[in-house]
Amino acid sequence: MQPLLRVENLVKRYAKRSLAGTWEELSALDGLSFVILPETTLAVVGESGSGKSTLALCVACLEYPTSGSIWFEGRDVVKLVEDERRRLRPHIQLIYQDPAASLNPRWNTLEILIEPFVLQHKFEREEMKQRAYSLLERVGLSLEILPRSPVELSGGQRQRLAIARALALEPKLLILDEALSALDCSVQAQIANLLMELQSSLGMTYLFITHDLAMAAHLADEIAVMNRGRIVEQGPVEEILHQPQNETTRQLLAAVPRMTRTALPALEQ
Amino acid sequence: MGPTRGRIMVSVLEIQDLHVSYRWREGVPRPALAGVSVSLLPGEILGVLGESGSGKSTLAAAAVRLLPPNGHVTGGAILFEGRDLLRSKPEELRQIRGARIALIFQEPSLALHPTMRAGEQVRQVLAAHGSPGKRALNERTRQVFAAVFPEEVDRLSQSYPHQLSGGQRQRVLIAQAIACRPCVIIADEPTASLDSATQMEILGLFRTLREKLGLAMIFITHNPALLAGFADRVLVLYGGRVVEWGPAATVLASPRHPYTKALFQSIPQSFEESGNRRETKLPAIAGDSSPSSLPREGCCFEPRCAERMAICRGREPALVSVSETHKVSCYKYEA
Amino acid sequence: MRYLLRRLGHAFFLLVGVSILAFLFSTLAPGNYFDEMRLNPQIAPETVAALRAQYGFDRPLPARYASWVNSIIHGEMGFSFAYDSPVAPLLLVRARNTLLLTVTATLLAWAIALPLGVWSAERLGRLSDRLLSWGTAALLVIPDLALALGLLVFAVRTGWLPTGGMASVDFETFSTIHKLRDLALHMILPVTALVLSALPLLVRHVRAAVADVLNAPFLLAAAGHGIPRRTLLYRYALPAAANPLISLFGFSIGALLSGSLLIEVVMSWPGLGPILLEAILARDLYVVVGGIVFSTLFLVGGNLFADLVLYWADPRIRAESSAR
Repeated sequence: MQPLLRVENLVKRYAKRSLAGTWEELSALDGLSFVILPETTLAVVGESGSGKSTLALCVACLEYPTSGSIWFEGRDVVKLVEDERRRLRPHIQLIYQDPAASLNPRWNTLEILIEPFVLQHKFEREEMKQRAYSLLERVGLSLEILPRSPVELSGGQRQRLAIARALALEPKLLILDEALSALDCSVQAQIANLLMELQSSLGMTYLFITHDLAMAAHLADEIAVMNRGRIVEQGPVEEILHQPQNETTRQLLAAVPRMTRTALPALEQ
Repeated sequence: MGPTRGRIMVSVLEIQDLHVSYRWREGVPRPALAGVSVSLLPGEILGVLGESGSGKSTLAAAAVRLLPPNGHVTGGAILFEGRDLLRSKPEELRQIRGARIALIFQEPSLALHPTMRAGEQVRQVLAAHGSPGKRALNERTRQVFAAVFPEEVDRLSQSYPHQLSGGQRQRVLIAQAIACRPCVIIADEPTASLDSATQMEILGLFRTLREKLGLAMIFITHNPALLAGFADRVLVLYGGRVVEWGPAATVLASPRHPYTKALFQSIPQSFEESGNRRETKLPAIAGDSSPSSLPREGCCFEPRCAERMAICRGREPALVSVSETHKVSCYKYEA
Repeated sequence: MRYLLRRLGHAFFLLVGVSILAFLFSTLAPGNYFDEMRLNPQIAPETVAALRAQYGFDRPLPARYASWVNSIIHGEMGFSFAYDSPVAPLLLVRARNTLLLTVTATLLAWAIALPLGVWSAERLGRLSDRLLSWGTAALLVIPDLALALGLLVFAVRTGWLPTGGMASVDFETFSTIHKLRDLALHMILPVTALVLSALPLLVRHVRAAVADVLNAPFLLAAAGHGIPRRTLLYRYALPAAANPLISLFGFSIGALLSGSLLIEVVMSWPGLGPILLEAILARDLYVVVGGIVFSTLFLVGGNLFADLVLYWADPRIRAESSAR
């Protein structure tokens, strides 16, 4: 099967002044390669500073990598001109950790939902509204939140709204950058279920970026473990969980909070 | 909370039947805490499990009388060191805060002053509660920093918050909290924005500090798995009420309240199972716990409860004993 | 250090640009100093023409500009026709006087605005705060001219304060202490006028900036540590609110400068204002250009100072500028 997304040797470097005053180059991404098949979920797991968010930005075409290629449906996104990249954007959508930051607090829900349509100049006002209603239904929100602004919604509702807005343009790939991490446990379960349901009904493909290995294992088909800008281990969920080869993976597994634990894990610093 | 096995334990902090409500502009006050009682025993780590809307942050703020202007305590008592904090004067409270009861807020990136060095922020806390000479202050600051940071104490002390990582900022908050050797620490979601390994480090730090300084701690979180192997007792909050409490091992292994049971079941436990995860939906609790969807009468969990009965809608259930140390607020267990 | 050099570079280019524009507009404006003379039948047209040639009025603009710049290097800044002397010594004295007024007014205005704004922010929405808001709104609405004239009337009626000028007639005969006292008395009116005109804006901004910060989580966290109220306000809230206020500081210097020109004229304070006005009316070209350049110098200097203070005060800005 042709992969939906193929990333090859992705490198992203930043120049930064260190505390000592000298310029140093940081590699946020140091030669990443992976593949995502259509209608599957790849979870990229790593700690803060491993480069996960940079990866999200590069794949979402919001940042240009220093080198490497990102093949989406057979075309190298990195080499496209700005016009073609823009036309590609509806197909790849990004959901952030903090919906409060990505939803305009001065707008109400309806305005937020129809914004993608307005920008595309495709539909009449009435049809935009109808599409907004059906999007809300799809993510399990009731119509009564339409006049409310995001600040009046709960964390779970906001995240559903962010997903609804992302779905407006009928994307093929959804990048979830720590999208569940800021939610309560029981709400995470609800949104995880929603994501699974959307995957089976709409054929969505997910790039699920997180530090929560438990949720990643639940949602994903494959897991890639990142450390310092590199993928140190990659494979089907079962293998990673039960036969981890890399030290980083083992450390991550050991650090997962477990209900059955009777003492805190002893971790290396 | 009564005697355990014949010994009478005097609690170090006792919150009795606390009622707090918020007054919004529309005029109708909304109850955030409706009769919460918490007893913290000396040297114990009490885990308070609560999600958004349960009143957990209100509990933390109310305990040191730092509610926002529209929050009002409408009943109850908070007993600490022989006095009721609800009746204490502002200057008394100021002296208690940070020195006897320390609060660790959520979001370390927001809880630190943006343009003050980390060491200075700890020094300010020390200076606010007793004024030894400058040299003694600096020495003590250094000691406190060394207790939370294993290395690079001086460099970190001179850093500004934006130069520190999430975990480091959290440690600075902890340093501020322990600086004056309080006897109680209330931590509101201290590990929420941290990744798993850092979370475990911070929990380990709390444990170590508990041993070294003999503090009692209230650890508020929405993630029950964090409390496993860490907390001594667990108290579950829902809708501004205590719905279950007991020894951590018992509550986490065999929860009784339908909410607690449903909450634990909705956490991905895929490590223990190796079935076909992708097909299985998590048994998530339907609905949400926002204040507007809480019922006015009867059990607060009733609308979402899978095991509800007719009686649940009438009156709020009282706390009944499942065992000597384990109590639940549910009609299913009423004799 | 690099930050400082960069800002100095900007400031220099700004001054050069302003001097060019001032020169351009002043010479392009119709009329020149000698037009008055031409109307006088007693002066022969040849004399006028000779004077014009002497002062280089017939040369092309860029050449005149170049020789003006040359004269700056020699410390003269051109020549004043009205005063028959090089411009620089004239303006330097005046500039010093204006600076005296403006610096005193700036410091005083901020010294009042800061505690007042903090006090008001603490009591946001309450009656005392609202009364202050109305007070500042009223003050804001009163034109500077009206304030200055009002103060003058007060001085005349009560006779407590000198009604203009910078020194009494027999200033030179005073002892040092007496001289200082005399200067201070003369400064009271113009400084008061300047402070009153600047105060409302400053108080409102301080109030807004501090009120914003008072809601911040880190302040609540500090209160949770038992930090006393005074420390919370002045050691925690004010420094965090400082950024917009420091920028405002730079701006307020410029505003006070413009205001001071008017007040100086009204109160006969021998600063840049009156001489600039005279020079414009008399078309005394080089004085006009010199006056504009001095004013710009103060404005740019004030803003540069504010930028440096900002750089020093906020470590995040230091980090940002070094990350570039």
